[in-house]
Amino acid sequence: MDKVLSARFGKIKPDSVEEYIAAGGYEGLKKTMAMEHVDAIEEIKKANLFGRGGAAYPTGIKWEQAYAIQRGPKYMVCNGDEGEPGTFKDRHILSEDPFELIEGMTIGAYIMGAREGYIYIRGEYTAIQKIVDSAIKNAEKAGYLGKNILGREGFDFTLKVVSGAGAYVCGENTALVESIEGKTGRPRQKPPYIKNCGLYQMPTILNNVETYSCIPWIIKDGGDTFSKKGTEFSGGTKLMCLSGNVQNRGVYEIPFGMTLRELIYDLGGGVTNGRKLKFVHLGGQSGSCFPESLLDTKICYYDLKKAGISLGSGAVVVVDDSHCAVDYLKNSMEFFEEESCGKCTPCREGTYRLVELVDKFTEGTATMEDFNKMKSLAQTMKTSSFCGLGQSAPVPLLTLIKYFEEEFLEHINGTCRTGVCKMR
Amino acid sequence: MQKVKEVLNRHGNSKDNLIQVMLELQNLSGTNSLPHEWVEFVAVELDMPLSRVYSVITFYSMFGTEPRGKYVVEVCKSAPCHVTGAGSLLAMLEKELQVKPGQTTEDGVFTLIQSACFGACDISPAIKIGDKVYGNLTPEKLSHIVNTYREVQ
Amino acid sequence: MEMINVTIDGIAVEVEKNTTILEAAKKLNINIPTLCFMKGVNEPGSCRVCVVEVEGWRGLHPACVTKVSEGLVVKTSTGTVREARKNILELIMSNHNRECLSCSRNLRCELQTLCNDNGIDRLPYNGKVEKGCIDTSGPIVRDPNKCVLCGRCVSVCSKIQDVGVIDYAYRGAHMTVTTAYEEGLAGHDCINCGQCIKACPVGALSERDDTAKVWKALENQDLHVVVQTAPAVRVALGEEFGYAPGTNVEGKMVTALRRLGFDRVFDTNFSADLTIIEEGNELLDRIKNGGKLPMITSCSPGWIKFCEHNYHDFLENLSTCKSPQQMFGAVAKSYYPIKADVDPKNVFVVSVMPCTAKKYEADREEMQVDGLKDIDAVITTRELARMIRQAGIKFNELEDGKRDSILGAYSGAGTIFGNTGGVMEAALRTVADKLTGKSLDAIDYTAVRGLAGIKEATVSIAGMDIKVAVANGTGNASKLLDRVKSGEAGYHFIEVMGCEGGCINGGGQPIIKDKNTTDEVKAARIKGLYDIDKACVTRKSHENPEIQKLYAEYLGEAGDHLAHKLLHTHYIAR
Repeated sequence: MDKVLSARFGKIKPDSVEEYIAAGGYEGLKKTMAMEHVDAIEEIKKANLFGRGGAAYPTGIKWEQAYAIQRGPKYMVCNGDEGEPGTFKDRHILSEDPFELIEGMTIGAYIMGAREGYIYIRGEYTAIQKIVDSAIKNAEKAGYLGKNILGREGFDFTLKVVSGAGAYVCGENTALVESIEGKTGRPRQKPPYIKNCGLYQMPTILNNVETYSCIPWIIKDGGDTFSKKGTEFSGGTKLMCLSGNVQNRGVYEIPFGMTLRELIYDLGGGVTNGRKLKFVHLGGQSGSCFPESLLDTKICYYDLKKAGISLGSGAVVVVDDSHCAVDYLKNSMEFFEEESCGKCTPCREGTYRLVELVDKFTEGTATMEDFNKMKSLAQTMKTSSFCGLGQSAPVPLLTLIKYFEEEFLEHINGTCRTGVCKMR
Repeated sequence: MQKVKEVLNRHGNSKDNLIQVMLELQNLSGTNSLPHEWVEFVAVELDMPLSRVYSVITFYSMFGTEPRGKYVVEVCKSAPCHVTGAGSLLAMLEKELQVKPGQTTEDGVFTLIQSACFGACDISPAIKIGDKVYGNLTPEKLSHIVNTYREVQ
Repeated sequence: MEMINVTIDGIAVEVEKNTTILEAAKKLNINIPTLCFMKGVNEPGSCRVCVVEVEGWRGLHPACVTKVSEGLVVKTSTGTVREARKNILELIMSNHNRECLSCSRNLRCELQTLCNDNGIDRLPYNGKVEKGCIDTSGPIVRDPNKCVLCGRCVSVCSKIQDVGVIDYAYRGAHMTVTTAYEEGLAGHDCINCGQCIKACPVGALSERDDTAKVWKALENQDLHVVVQTAPAVRVALGEEFGYAPGTNVEGKMVTALRRLGFDRVFDTNFSADLTIIEEGNELLDRIKNGGKLPMITSCSPGWIKFCEHNYHDFLENLSTCKSPQQMFGAVAKSYYPIKADVDPKNVFVVSVMPCTAKKYEADREEMQVDGLKDIDAVITTRELARMIRQAGIKFNELEDGKRDSILGAYSGAGTIFGNTGGVMEAALRTVADKLTGKSLDAIDYTAVRGLAGIKEATVSIAGMDIKVAVANGTGNASKLLDRVKSGEAGYHFIEVMGCEGGCINGGGQPIIKDKNTTDEVKAARIKGLYDIDKACVTRKSHENPEIQKLYAEYLGEAGDHLAHKLLHTHYIAR
């Protein structure tokens, strides 16, 4: 399979515009500039590309809607916050081929008529920010950013790297925009949506690093070609991140349609230390945890949805049978407790109380009443939280209970089958 | 304050760049934190209520409001690291450095903190010292790494 | 106006476009509970108490900020909604200091009512997050462990008052509302206006309780305890005893104060008249002799501290007149003791104020004459109501009492000091008479009345055009002063009140559930004051017989040496 996103990984100097061009770069931008705006958007729609950050919104439709908005200036924003545990794909794009992102954003700017763009990169990626910054400077020098790009009169576009400072919630679109504006990263009420009213209250086109990075290839080789790489319902390829108790950890670019089993066993080499797979945590910290029985599901937005799970960011954390489902849940819930922005009650207090309740299970002091409260609270967080963080924080809890209820009940009776929980 | 002023000027004395300014200032501080007087100065220069600036710097986990050690040792505690032995790394560091997470060693060299994911899940369990990430660790390997930082002192 | 059809709980209703579900439900007499919502001021949609079900939409949605759309079908009380509300209220309560019985807001607490209405009988959680200690550094007391993080105080402080001394800090369960570095309010730019207290749905914010000081003085046989009540108190105190906002209960209040044991019951309206004499004189002097203009009023201590922090360029524009509260104290410890034949050292002056900033003002170092503090204790309208209840006085049954003489007579002008535009109108009534040398009959300056944030007028008196402006709420004052700064507007005289609507909406006034900060309440209290004004024998400060006597017997002329020593002050750039 020829690769879309990782073809140049490790093969070019990441901030060298010349090497990028020599490896086929900037063909997409040139082609776009010879196209009608609507035709370029049509290509993206044909590509069947869905947002790679986790929400899986069809990118073509998003761009079409953004294009239709008359107000301006419009801003291009890239979400490179990548705070999702088990996710490190954007890190690879940003550090190994930042130009595919820059080109993708420049194509967007051309179509939308945007003159400014921001790449928001998580604060923990200091070294990577420098690489991207250097790539931007080199693109400016070579005439691929700045004024009159590629000699086209009036095609101006500048890019700026903005650093996060340690807040998972800034991966949420409106929180990210707030953070770029120098504020606390607390989400805004929607509507208005950021496509209408985003950065500085202006129309804003915001996509994940991986999504933007697909654009140059789509324009260059055609939306249909891209789409055919995947399944009927999910076009193209996906960067999957394998981590946890699996032999070959790392990022894999796979075509949609591959099964999770193929990814984990064929590419990933299976579970480490000869142990058995207990469950997979898919899509990030707020994704589903499910057992072996679902591994034959195809990696495809439609098939996964049918199985009641979501692809999220593409994180695949493999957990072997030496681990306790309840202890794992505690770890997940602690993450949300620390990362909740605090704005709304269900998430702020709910994540804290879920930790308190799960703690009781790991200590062997929980009751059935606690178990029921935990489930009820999780439902309320799901229905009533302000943003996606709080709404999806209970997903690991609900899915672990779904597949490992017995273990929870054992903890109520004071036993942990794995011996991980030190009962009081 | 000249230093602070320079950073502010470089960022156009704009409120929008508050976070970027603070990140730079923290790097310049030598204490891995934001000195109180600097924060006040920034609030005045950017014409912002001090309470708002404080709101921002306490929101983001990378900022410190109290002086921290020369090296901030971050132990990742997120799921991929958790299932591959992050717990033993933390236990080892607590013993070796004689501090709990959030505390600084008596000699002011190390501050130990637990951190959410910093994107090194493919080499878990991992820690970060300053900007440098160390992965595939065991307590023994980590002890060696910590000692090299000590020897530099 | 485009109309939209929606169905709420099975009842169809037509509402205007841009109506929220909350407002639409209200039209149908469906009460959706809210906590963080404060219309136009704080609409974060964050407490989630008001969540409702919308047919075809995933999850639940906050009624307070969700706009209706054509054909929307809303259900406000399904099993899912009730379970969510209960869970949410349990969560809020679990991190709330639940010392309800000893809380200043007991029985008046919005959270208490919500929990009661929604069947919160016991809490399923154990621990709680400690959020620091109670801030008692100034007249505004903050208890972070009672705070429910609704953000109403934060919004009022920054958006309405333009002060911004408090904000959220930290995140998640550790999030708190605080000053920078968790230092007390007194160490920062807090202007003590107390609008945050009025915004707070629970007892996380309250005024420093000074009633103990007053009780103690009343019991001390050696002290001669006199009390003054500010204009705005009489049209609000009744609310604490079930009267409608704006009801004038002056008579009952006077009787109650006497029963509490005050030796003399006087009136701040009297010293408001005194202020007008001094301030009017100062204004004319500045206009005639090229003094600093515009002159800006100085009666509102919240405004004064705001100016001292934020508008150093305008300190010389502030009238040097003390506020009516302080003028009263200065006279009560100089002129009054002579007339009453008591030792000034034994005179203990208590103020009943609609204001929390008055507590701060009374403690300012410069507010004393010859080593005697002008004012010894300040209590708010709310504190007075507490004292009345504590003393077992059946307020509603009291007969009307009359003020004591020589610091108790007042004009209509002194009365309207309690509302926005009132000081301006009172001053104009006197200045007009002085300039024309006549006693004019046309004295209703309606252009400066009303609840608009900034009001402007040009008044022609004796061939002279006097340009005036009125701002209420320090946020509006900021806007007005920025205009003055830019040279846009050449005013002679500006009135500023620290709180929106003036003292009638001060931080010490009764808190009325549901419509506490609404314009409806402000307007009713203002009307109460103008009704008194209309009924007054004299409506001009300089015609107040006790004021005339005070100058004739003691002070001499306005602005003279003694008047200056007692009645004027200075300001500090902070």
